[in-house]
Amino acid sequence: MKQTKIIMGMPITVEIVDDSRARVIDDVFNYFVNVDKKFSTYKPASEITKINHGLPADQWSKEMRQVMDLCEQTKKLSNGYFDIVHNGKIDPSGLVKGWAINNAAKLLLDKGVADFYIEAGGDIQVHGTNADKAQWVIGIRSPFNLKEIIKVITLNGKGIATSGTYIRGQHIYNPHNRSSRVDGVKSLSVIGSNVYEADRYATAAFAMGKNGIAFIESVAGLEGYMVDSNKIATYTSGFNRYVVNNA
Amino acid sequence: MKKFIIALAIAGVFILYSLGIRHKSPVLTRPSSLAVNTSSASSSAGSSSNTSSGASNGASSGSGSTSPSAQYKDGNYTGSVANAYYGNVQVEATISGGKLTAVKFLQYPNTHSTSVLINQQAIPYLQQEAIQAQSSKVQLISGATFTSQAFTQSLANALSQANL
Repeated sequence: MKQTKIIMGMPITVEIVDDSRARVIDDVFNYFVNVDKKFSTYKPASEITKINHGLPADQWSKEMRQVMDLCEQTKKLSNGYFDIVHNGKIDPSGLVKGWAINNAAKLLLDKGVADFYIEAGGDIQVHGTNADKAQWVIGIRSPFNLKEIIKVITLNGKGIATSGTYIRGQHIYNPHNRSSRVDGVKSLSVIGSNVYEADRYATAAFAMGKNGIAFIESVAGLEGYMVDSNKIATYTSGFNRYVVNNA
Repeated sequence: MKKFIIALAIAGVFILYSLGIRHKSPVLTRPSSLAVNTSSASSSAGSSSNTSSGASNGASSGSGSTSPSAQYKDGNYTGSVANAYYGNVQVEATISGGKLTAVKFLQYPNTHSTSVLINQQAIPYLQQEAIQAQSSKVQLISGATFTSQAFTQSLANALSQANL
């Protein structure tokens, strides 16, 4: 049973292999709807919007305090590269997506669902095996061609997230030097012990530019695959463990 | 053996490149121009905040809303600043003859690294290859979405100003 819904401004897909458990998919989507209600900076009534209008910290919900603590911790772990303040507003969405997928996966595991994946806006958590009793097969998309897969991997009980700039057919200028095209990292995919770890480190490391992949190498339990504007991939020493060699 | 030498050469170039980046970093990190950009950005973001909800609706229909059939006034229109998480995206849309003819990036996340003191010791462990198209027999795809969302949002905002 596989279902896709647009929540939090992105397609979210859940597949559960055991059709007899299909009803729990609704619980997963309801969870994402509730996260969106609380954390969407586009919703005037969301808690995060109220916080940006001055809601004092002692009135924040438990989940909000937890997310804020995790953001602070991630900022420290990434030497300040992970920062949720933009234009004077707080926006934790760079952490909330991975956090929410991971919590939704825990929800399914708690209900005894063993074989499933949850994918939201290109970030993925997988458990168990697919309908053919084989490993889930995941493609990493080319940042140059949305229809092209440039790496095929298998995961079980882990997460993968990709940060990047996928803009085609546009001239991209460096705002500090209009005459030069922006050059550098096009996409960075990170595999972690879960999608929350993968997502927050992919976000932070992407902001580091070409040094981001070295940062991923230096963190235990993470592997990464970075594609630059010259179509060269730089990857961590343990990444190949997950790669499927396709002929 | 040949592959190994090529790999070594690529790794060497990469290390030289990263050394170059580090030497240049004082220039790249000078934040004065950045500060000017962000402050002007936040003021324009404020003025367009009333249209931002409409812009985010438009964003979901993506670039389809930019089709030439739409009726636009000629001119240049500056879109709202959209947060691509690791930086801001802001575009300027040029309409001529009632059609969208150019999109210019006024702000774009600068992926060149700033002063990074980290992890030089990790570089020797990294490996490189040219990317190659693979079989598309996959069940799932991992890819980024954020900047393109920010792009469509800023562009939708610019076009909403150009509407007749």
